[in-house]
Amino acid sequence: MLNSLWLIPTFPFLGALILVLVGSRLSRQVAARIGAGSVGLAALLTMAVGYDFLNSGVGAYQYTAWNWFDVAGLSTSFAFYLDPLSLIFIFVITFVGFLIHIYSVEFMKEDEGFARFFAYLNLFVCSMLILVLADNLVLLYLGWEGVGLCSYLLIGFWYSEAKNGYAARKAFIITRVGDTAMAIGLFMLFSIFHTLNIQDILTQAPQVWVAGTSMAVVIAFLLLGGAVGKSAQLPLQTWLPDAMAGPSPVSALIHAATMVTAGVYLITRMHTIYELAPLAQLWVGIIGAVTLLLAGCSALTQFDLKRVLAYSTISQIGYMFLAMGVGAWSSAVFHFMIHAFFKALLFLGAGAVIMALHHEHDMFRMGGLKNKLPVIYWTFLIGAASLAALPFVTAGFYSKDQILWLAWAGEKGNVWFFLAALTGAFITAIYTFRMVFITFFGKAKTQVSHVPGKRITIPLVVLSILSVFGGFIELPHTLGHFTLFSDFLSLLLPSVSLREGVESSEWILQGIAGLLALTGVYMAYVFYIRSPRISDEIKSSTYVLHQFWLQGWNVDALYNFLFVRPFVYISTLNKNDVIDKFYTMLVRATEFFNGVFVKTQSGILRWYVMGIVVGAILIITISLFVQP
Amino acid sequence: MKTLPIESGLLLAGVLFTLGLISVLVRRNIIFMLISVEIMLNAAGLAFIVAGSRWAQADGQVMFIFILTMAAAEVSVGLALILQIYHHLKTLDSDAADRMNG
Repeated sequence: MLNSLWLIPTFPFLGALILVLVGSRLSRQVAARIGAGSVGLAALLTMAVGYDFLNSGVGAYQYTAWNWFDVAGLSTSFAFYLDPLSLIFIFVITFVGFLIHIYSVEFMKEDEGFARFFAYLNLFVCSMLILVLADNLVLLYLGWEGVGLCSYLLIGFWYSEAKNGYAARKAFIITRVGDTAMAIGLFMLFSIFHTLNIQDILTQAPQVWVAGTSMAVVIAFLLLGGAVGKSAQLPLQTWLPDAMAGPSPVSALIHAATMVTAGVYLITRMHTIYELAPLAQLWVGIIGAVTLLLAGCSALTQFDLKRVLAYSTISQIGYMFLAMGVGAWSSAVFHFMIHAFFKALLFLGAGAVIMALHHEHDMFRMGGLKNKLPVIYWTFLIGAASLAALPFVTAGFYSKDQILWLAWAGEKGNVWFFLAALTGAFITAIYTFRMVFITFFGKAKTQVSHVPGKRITIPLVVLSILSVFGGFIELPHTLGHFTLFSDFLSLLLPSVSLREGVESSEWILQGIAGLLALTGVYMAYVFYIRSPRISDEIKSSTYVLHQFWLQGWNVDALYNFLFVRPFVYISTLNKNDVIDKFYTMLVRATEFFNGVFVKTQSGILRWYVMGIVVGAILIITISLFVQP
Repeated sequence: MKTLPIESGLLLAGVLFTLGLISVLVRRNIIFMLISVEIMLNAAGLAFIVAGSRWAQADGQVMFIFILTMAAAEVSVGLALILQIYHHLKTLDSDAADRMNG
C-alpha cells in the first residue's frame, strides 16, 4: 500500500483537471462528486498508507515517480517522502480538506462558479500535498507556489467586485516578498551542498557547519523570510485579514487550517539548520511572540466576524513560531494539528452564520442566534473553547499549554517568551468569547433567512469532536503523562531539554494559564453580556487606540508610506522610461532618413539619370584616387 | 598607312559620349532621349574599335558587334514603351510619366 503514496496528490490533481476541462458542462451534482470525491479518495488512501506505514515500522518511506530534470549537477526527481511529520500533515490536509469540500457543496450551491470553485480547491489540496510530501526543495517550492496561486485564485473568487481582486493581488504580492527570500535561500543551499534533496542537506549540514556559522544563520533567515510570508507573521502579516474576501470554506481551508501553516512545516522540516543557527531560531521565537500579541490585540477590536478569526489565526500561528523558536518542534506540529481542527470549525461555523443571515459579516448586527441555530451554536462554542484553551476539556488547552510550558522551562525559553504567550492566551480568551457572546447571545438583530442543512452540520460536528478529543493524544506530565503524539515524532524531531529545577513548577504554570483563560471568558461575559455599557465606555475612552488596533496597528498605512508611495513616486518619475529613449531615437532616425529618401523617388526620369551619372562619377573618382 | 593617334580617337568617343549624356539630361522629349542613348552607345562602341586597332586585337570589334546587337534590342523595347506612353498620355514629355513616383 505504501507504494501508492503517489496517488494521494494525484487524485485531487485529476479532479482539478477534469473540472477545469469539462467542469462547465457538468451538472452541479457531478461536479460536486468529482470535487469532493477526489479529496475523499485521497483521505481514504492516506488512512491506508498511514496504517501500512505505522505497521511497517520503517522510519521513512521514499517513492520516486520520475526524474523531473537533470541539469548541470542539479538532479531533481518527482519524489515523495513520507515520514511521521509529513504523515501528520497529509492527514490533516486530506481530512480537514475533505470535510470542507463537503461543506462547500452546500455553501456554494447557488454560486455560478460552482465547478470552478471545486477545481481551485482540488488544485490547492494537490499543491499542498506536494508541498508536504516533497522529497527535495525544488518540488517543495513547486507546491509552495502552487498553494500561493490557488490562494490568489480563491481570494479573488468573486472577482466581479474590485476589492476582492485587490485583496487577492495583495496576498499574492506580499507572499511573493517572502518567496523571493526563500528562493535565494534555496540557491545558497544548493551552492553549498550541491543538492537540494532535503534529507541529504539535513544529514550533511551538521558536518559542514559548526553551530552559529554565519552561512547557516543567513540561510535560516532567508528560509524564515519565506515562512513568515506564507504564514502571515510579522512583518508580512497584512495580507491575511484582507484574504477574508474569499468564500468562507476557502478561509477555513487555506487561510486557517493548511496553507498558512506551510511556514511552520518548512521550518520544522529544516529544523537541523535552525538548530545550527541559534540566532535565527531565537528570531523565530521573537517573531512568533510579537506577532501573537499584536494580532491578539487587533482581534479584540474587530467587528467583522471573519476578521476576528483571521487575526486569531495570525496569533495562533505566532504560538507555533514561538514553539519552534524554543525548539519545541513537536509542540508546534501538535498545535498546528489542533489549530487546524478548531480553526476550520470556527471558520465553517462563521460561514454558516454569515450564510444564514444573508451575507451579514458584522457581529454587532447578529446576536441571539443561540436558539435559532443550535447546532452551529454548540459546535462554534466548542471551537471557541478550544481556541480560548479552556482547561482540561478542550484540545486547545493541551496543545497551547505545552507551548506555554516549554516557552518557560525549555532550554532556549525565557521569561519574556512565557509572559508574551501567557498574555496572548488571556487576550485570546477575551476576544474569542467576545465573538461568541456578541454573535450568539443578546437580542436578535437580523432574521435568520436560511437554516443550514446536513452537509454543513456534519463537518461541523466531526470537527468539533476532533477539537475536543484531539487533545487527549498528548497529555502533560502532570495530567496523566500520555505522549502518543510526541513519541510518534520523537525519531524525527529532537525533544526539548528542560532547564534545571523547573519540573516542579509545571502544575503552577498550568494553573495560571487555565485560570487566565477562565478569567478572560468571565471578562468577556461581564463586558458583553452583563453590562455592555462598560465595553462601550472603554471603547469611547480609548477611541484612538481602538481605531489603531482595528486597522491592524496601521501596518498597511505604514507600508503604504514606506514602500508603495516611494515606488509610485519613482515610477512617475520614470514614466517615459529612460531606457526606452534610445529605442525611440532609433525609430526617429529611421523615419527621418525614410522621409529624405522618399523625396528622391520623384518619378521624373531625368533625375534618375542624373543620380546614375553622379554615382558613376563618384565611383570612378574614388577608384582613380584611392589605390587599392 | 598612317594611323590615327589613339588619343584623338578616344577624345572623339569621349566628346560624343558627353554630348549624348548631356542631351539625355536636358531633353524632355522621350524620342530625343532614346536617340541620345544611341549616341552614347555608339561612343562606347567607337572607344572599343579605337582601342582594338591600337593593340591590333579583334576583341574591340567583337565587343562592338555585341553593342550593336544590344542597341537593336534596346531600341525595339524603347520604341514599344514610347508608343505605349504616347498612347496613354498623348504626349512625348518624359516628365509627364511621373504618376508612379518611380
